[in-house]
Amino acid sequence: MSEQLPAFIIVAPLIGACLIFIAGFTRRGLCYPLAMVSMVVALGSSIGVLHQVLVDGPLIYKLGGWDPPWGIVYNVDALNALVLAVVAAVALVNLVASRQFIDAQPFYRIGAFYALYILAVTGLMGMVITGDVFNLYVLLEIASLTGYALVAMGDDRAPLSALNYVLVGTIGASFYLLGVGFLYAMTGSLNMVDIAQRLPGLYGSTAVFAAFVMIMVGIWFKAAFFPLHSWLPNAYTYAPPPSAGLLAPLMTKVMIYVMIRMMLTVFTPAYSFSFGLLNQVVVWLAVIAIVAGAIMALAAKDFKRLLAYIIVSEVGYMVGGAWLGNRLGMTGSMLHLVNDAAMTLCVFLAAAALSFRLKDTKLTSFQGLFKTMPFTMGALVIGGLSIIGVPPTCGFFSKWYLISAGIQAGAWGYIAALLFSSLVNLILFFKIFEIAYFEPFSAHGHGHDNGGHGQVSALAVREAPAQVVVPLVVTAIGLVVLGLYSKELVAGVIDLGLPLGLK
Amino acid sequence: MKKLALILVLLCWGFLAFAAADFPRLGDPNSPASTHLSPYFIEKAYEDTATPNIVTAVLADYRSYDTMFETTVVFAAGVACFLLLRFYHFSEPPSHLYRHKPSGTVIQVPRGYRLKGEHTELEPIDRDWAPKDPIVEVASRILIPFIQIFALYVVVHGHHSPGGGFQGGVILGASLVLLAISRDLRTAQATLGESKNSILSALGVLIYVGVGAVTLALGSNFLDYAALAGLMGVDQVIARNLGILFVEVGVAVAVMATMFLIYRNVASAGALDEGL
Amino acid sequence: MDDLLSKIAGGYNYIAYITIMMIGLYAVIAKRNLVKKIIGMSIFQTAIILFYISIGAKKGATIPILMHDHGPEAAEHAIKAADYINPLPHVLMLTAIVVAVATLGVALSLAVKVYQRYGTLEEPEIQDQINKS
Repeated sequence: MSEQLPAFIIVAPLIGACLIFIAGFTRRGLCYPLAMVSMVVALGSSIGVLHQVLVDGPLIYKLGGWDPPWGIVYNVDALNALVLAVVAAVALVNLVASRQFIDAQPFYRIGAFYALYILAVTGLMGMVITGDVFNLYVLLEIASLTGYALVAMGDDRAPLSALNYVLVGTIGASFYLLGVGFLYAMTGSLNMVDIAQRLPGLYGSTAVFAAFVMIMVGIWFKAAFFPLHSWLPNAYTYAPPPSAGLLAPLMTKVMIYVMIRMMLTVFTPAYSFSFGLLNQVVVWLAVIAIVAGAIMALAAKDFKRLLAYIIVSEVGYMVGGAWLGNRLGMTGSMLHLVNDAAMTLCVFLAAAALSFRLKDTKLTSFQGLFKTMPFTMGALVIGGLSIIGVPPTCGFFSKWYLISAGIQAGAWGYIAALLFSSLVNLILFFKIFEIAYFEPFSAHGHGHDNGGHGQVSALAVREAPAQVVVPLVVTAIGLVVLGLYSKELVAGVIDLGLPLGLK
Repeated sequence: MKKLALILVLLCWGFLAFAAADFPRLGDPNSPASTHLSPYFIEKAYEDTATPNIVTAVLADYRSYDTMFETTVVFAAGVACFLLLRFYHFSEPPSHLYRHKPSGTVIQVPRGYRLKGEHTELEPIDRDWAPKDPIVEVASRILIPFIQIFALYVVVHGHHSPGGGFQGGVILGASLVLLAISRDLRTAQATLGESKNSILSALGVLIYVGVGAVTLALGSNFLDYAALAGLMGVDQVIARNLGILFVEVGVAVAVMATMFLIYRNVASAGALDEGL
Repeated sequence: MDDLLSKIAGGYNYIAYITIMMIGLYAVIAKRNLVKKIIGMSIFQTAIILFYISIGAKKGATIPILMHDHGPEAAEHAIKAADYINPLPHVLMLTAIVVAVATLGVALSLAVKVYQRYGTLEEPEIQDQINKS
């Protein structure tokens, strides 16, 4: 049975999503339990597969029993097993936190909402596990389509932002598809490993170069890499809390993983890093992405928008790290991918918790939150420290790897950008903490009580519901645990997944 | 903005045209695409699956995992349209409209009043401007059954001729849409209610995944139809052939139901009343 | 240079799809009306479908459906790969067409939702309303 485990990762959520949609019309009470069961099965089998891969080495699962390259296969190595487990874990934690919000929707939407949520997770995990470039496109579209709908469920400008996301996202996915078509025309194959074997003879071809560029640009559209990020800030600002908590940590990170996979497995490092100029251009684009993201975050007045721009900046970290062209950079990029998924989940869950008690997420309305929502703010502090990169939290370690890689590659601009953005994050989060902790909250104080500053301590604790706060606190603790075990994570998992040829 | 777009598009055109110089010529029998994977499919598909239509064999067997997600994409789009647009009216509209069938006269009944007793000659309608056209109605009433029979033929004959689950499903869905256009959404609603429609679209995907789940339960890889051989008492080749048929039926159900689900939600902006 | 030009011109099918694709891309970027943008997106996707189908073409070959398909007789006729065109691009494009339809459906429902919210589909007018509020 254990050799069938990889199939369950995708099949369980897929069956779950169909049953949930049916349950939405017949037995609404079953929607949430079904969603939980399918996510738990997916997480369990992902961890099982990760264990198998660590013990027995990379595995191949033939769908339909057909041998590659004719059939579609799963190629699971340490890297994608790790990403699978991260995706499943993040989706599960966020699902628990989302229940409160989704069940408050009009009754006829509940089933559809859960079904789309689970379908989105299916798409994301399918993209990570598959070993076929065209299959990846289909799953990318599932993840995107469900993502568009989930984003549009927010209020105010959400539908408009989602429509913009559809247009940009479809162009991105189509560029990817076009790149795949170029590869197919040149090699006649769709299987990643098979393409990699057939490519070396074609390295000089302009069509293969165009395929490489098209695939990368397509992925960058979806990953919101700087000049192509225009869809992200609005989409994530107006998305409802469950969607933001699912998509913000996962969508961009999974796309970064897909990029790394394309560079390592399909084109192989020998080709990916053979263009000196292209590599430098991409690293400099990453530098611009980091700096621009940081500056736009400084200008943001809304908490969620600020977080969205931090994501733009973080995408720059990972793309830059991967394109430095050395093993350390790739390691740092993968580690940061895992950490950033957890950090982003933490801060977006905090935003979700805040939205239960605040009318809006404008920074100015944060006054006195340390008193009223101690757990939420405590978790936000850990999340913030991690994004800044303060030692016991995980953000520090991946940044350390990225900076060492930058030193090794001599990319001083990249290092400067990393330091600059850390500094900006420091300013951003301490500004938030200052508003929430130190600022005398006259505006709020006048509302209730007697209006005097002495009455501050009389403010009662008004935490968000436990269903939101518990996952949030668990995530915050997870950030520290990830930090403490990051050495083991790098040596025991990530290092196994990177090709030996990459120095 | 427009000039910038033009420059961008021209640059992109130049880059792609430059890359195209390396491609094999149109129809070149020795191009990599025609010499690497496709000869295996062409020569072995019949041997492996007893399906003369190679496209069907590749679609629903060699690459059936892709096709499963293709169905899922449609399903996801249906769910997305439902979630985005559907809303329920909880308050009664200001007035109800009824059409007297024999004469075509429209009666307006204000809110709070009801028609007493049974009126077989009156039918509820949503808009009085929607004309009742007997020619369109009768013509489509004759056409729809034939369209549906043709759709079923396309579904089950996909092994031997162009066709299959998607094509047949789309034709089936089109017959429902034709019903909704030629009469109104209310009539189509009576034929295929909303919850039935939605359940069918999920069921189609479930049939597909279910075939895979059965093969998993029998100890083979996911979607390896050869595993069904023992269950049905046929040899592996025929089992694959039948497996293709099962999943095609699932695809047809899912696509039919989802096409109509998308149509009804988009056409009536989620209110499921008059439509268009 | 002449060599390169003749090579590019030789791939006229590629030039055709690239041109169609760029028309779509231009519409997505430059048009102000949201539905026109959606149409542009659709054109863009269709161009890629054309590209794939043109990869599958093979001179002197027919559609990939075997002609002698009655039981044991079929085995006697040797099936030659050169007689049938490449089925794989057709399979892939069936999937891509379905994906394009699904995307179009979602995009249109979003357009309906935007129209419900703002009462217009012209981007500058929507932007005006957002700036005012």
